[in-house]
Amino acid sequence: MDPVLLARIQFAVTIGFHFIFPPVSIGLAWLLVIIEGKAWRTGDRGWERLGRFFGKLLALTFAVGVATGIVMEFQFGTNWANYSRFVGDIFGAPLAAEGIFAFFLESAFLGLYLFGRNRISKGLHWFSILMVAFGATMSGFWIIVANSWQQTPAGFVIRNGRAELTSFYDAVFNPSTVHRYLHTIDGALICGAFLVAGVSAWLILKNKEAELAKRSFRIAIIFGFIVSFLELMPLGHHHVRQVARTQPAKFAAIEGIYESETGAPLMLFAVPDSGPPPKLVLPVGLRGMLGWLAFGDPDAHIPGLDQFPEDERPPLWLTFVAFHNMVLLGMFFIGITALGLFLMWRKKLFDYPLYLWAMVVSVPLPVAACQLGWVTAEVGRQPWIVYPVPGVFEGMKVADAISPNVSAGEILASLIMFGMVYSLLLVLYLFLMWKEVDHGP
Amino acid sequence: MDLNTTWFLLLGVLLLGYGILDGFDLGVGVLHLFAKDERERRIHMNAIGPVWDGNEVWLLTAGGAMFAAFPPVYATVFSGLYLAFMLLLLALIFRAVSLEFRGKVDLAAWKRVWDWGFGLGSLVPPLLYGVALGNIMAGLPLNAAGDHTGSFLSLLNPYSLLVGLTTLVFFVMHGAAWMMMKTEGELQARMRNWVTRGWALFVALYAGATMMTVYAAPHLFEGVVNMPLFWVALAALVLSVAYIPLAAARTRPGHAFLASATALAAMLGLVGLGLFPTLVPASNDPTLSLTIYNSSSSTKTLTVMLIIALIGMPFVIGYTALIYRAFRGKVTITEESY
Repeated sequence: MDPVLLARIQFAVTIGFHFIFPPVSIGLAWLLVIIEGKAWRTGDRGWERLGRFFGKLLALTFAVGVATGIVMEFQFGTNWANYSRFVGDIFGAPLAAEGIFAFFLESAFLGLYLFGRNRISKGLHWFSILMVAFGATMSGFWIIVANSWQQTPAGFVIRNGRAELTSFYDAVFNPSTVHRYLHTIDGALICGAFLVAGVSAWLILKNKEAELAKRSFRIAIIFGFIVSFLELMPLGHHHVRQVARTQPAKFAAIEGIYESETGAPLMLFAVPDSGPPPKLVLPVGLRGMLGWLAFGDPDAHIPGLDQFPEDERPPLWLTFVAFHNMVLLGMFFIGITALGLFLMWRKKLFDYPLYLWAMVVSVPLPVAACQLGWVTAEVGRQPWIVYPVPGVFEGMKVADAISPNVSAGEILASLIMFGMVYSLLLVLYLFLMWKEVDHGP
Repeated sequence: MDLNTTWFLLLGVLLLGYGILDGFDLGVGVLHLFAKDERERRIHMNAIGPVWDGNEVWLLTAGGAMFAAFPPVYATVFSGLYLAFMLLLLALIFRAVSLEFRGKVDLAAWKRVWDWGFGLGSLVPPLLYGVALGNIMAGLPLNAAGDHTGSFLSLLNPYSLLVGLTTLVFFVMHGAAWMMMKTEGELQARMRNWVTRGWALFVALYAGATMMTVYAAPHLFEGVVNMPLFWVALAALVLSVAYIPLAAARTRPGHAFLASATALAAMLGLVGLGLFPTLVPASNDPTLSLTIYNSSSSTKTLTVMLIIALIGMPFVIGYTALIYRAFRGKVTITEESY
């Protein structure tokens, strides 16, 4: 088998699985900052019990996130040695910074938070969950810096046969970092809000500590609406506008544009067909809307995939489908939390079991949306591992980046190992989460 | 001192931090396999409960720092020891989740599974670190691109296996010293035995490994005997190792722990002096060796990284010390415990 394909599958499997957990941890940690803050300020035992309860869910999620995260720190070296040699001068620094500024902070304070409740003052205990949330959010920053640099590299020159840093600031704040970071972190907050909302809804439905669960449900709905709305406008919108400017091939794949078009429609529905040539079947769209949204001009000329050499086009089908389903889910998050706000205003938030059930089954959806967003970003980046910069850098392709001395057999062995271990971990994680939830606060 | 040397030292400091901190909790994980009953097993786990996760970050940070400061070394070592690293990852994954999962279901069989996950997940990493260290000290066959050309089985040579075993025994002794601090009574007395017997075995293995090093990695000794630092490190090693059983016998576990931490620093220092300025010697052709000069990042990156380390690490050390302080004293099992 092809070692490049195997290495890519392994990377996708390991990071895709890992990426289930950090967004949930980040979102849950910030909601715990609110809940533990209430427990500290009011001295109310109820809030404290809620804190302990959701703290256990955080501990479990965090543990699997840590266990699967170590793989990522090593995998650039084990499987992408040529990539590491070529970009290490730039790419290693954010990973090291992530350790120094973020991993230490979140891990050290998580221990203090989980084990120190009766050993330290209430204020310091609240500070420890704040540091966990802050550390986790910072770790997101540095890894997004690393990824964004692959997408829109900046602050470097090609010298001595490798990419060398010329400006750390430009490399860190490259054209896509801030847009991608805010969009990703806000997505994590949605994951946390929906987890707390769904778990609370279940407790209310099962009448287990329902009065306590109503408190966390209210907070989660309000918080969830705010972050869901922000995710679309302005964060998602501006992220797409940035992609349209910095990665036109990816933009074309996202929007399903094969032939360049003036006044291209914004697709509301279509079934993509991989082709060749790729095309959209049954398209339903708003003409001119795409150019207006992306460039402020309904008649903007939008380059299609046909403008790029055939070996430099990202796959249209997967990019299009992932992106549009992510958007669909995002709309759903806004709608369902808005409905919750409306019910809260009418003082009927807890009167409709159907609504509560809807929130229960929605728990995994933001995680799915995160995965789809990640697929959009990474599949849309293909075939590049580092995007070309006109006039500066001709780009590095994924196929040129692997470890030349690691055989297909070795990768297959490790891939099978990860596949089995991760399947087991997922089953156990879901089982234990369910067990903790069922136990109640 | 130039930037490359500074980073050679900082990488050593990160690895030392990892060895001292995660070293003891890996050792405790191995010792936990020998615990007599449920209460003892929980004491083992909770002796490291609040801190092991932060300890492991030293490894991640050392990996990140190696990537940032010496990318070709990161690429060569991690791809060259591919299957060994995959095995290490498997062990570390099971170790992390075992601690978290074990207490969640009240079934003897469930607990036994995660006891083994935690125990073996703690036993395999020190062995592999030692095997990796042995291979790097002896040198790897490299091609002109810096890729390792040997096979996985060639990594499992007698010399490296001996270094692996020595590392494992050292960490178990180090972990037992930590456990002495966290326990009392009969369990503490048994931990003292682990320290003293582990010490005797370690001294024998270390002496054997050192003699083998003369044959397996003679380049490590070239020129070092003329360095005053070599003799300082050697003296520190001899004195600290000699003090470990004395401190244990007088039930001064804090001293025993500090002595074994010092011994680790001295051993790592000796290896560093022997290797410097090489990071990965090429066993087939010394001109292909990866050194801190031919395999470093640019001056710009090394400078930026140094600033990041100087800003960040004092905070890390500060709050880590405070958290250790908050959990000082003997282990008590509470509702928060594993």
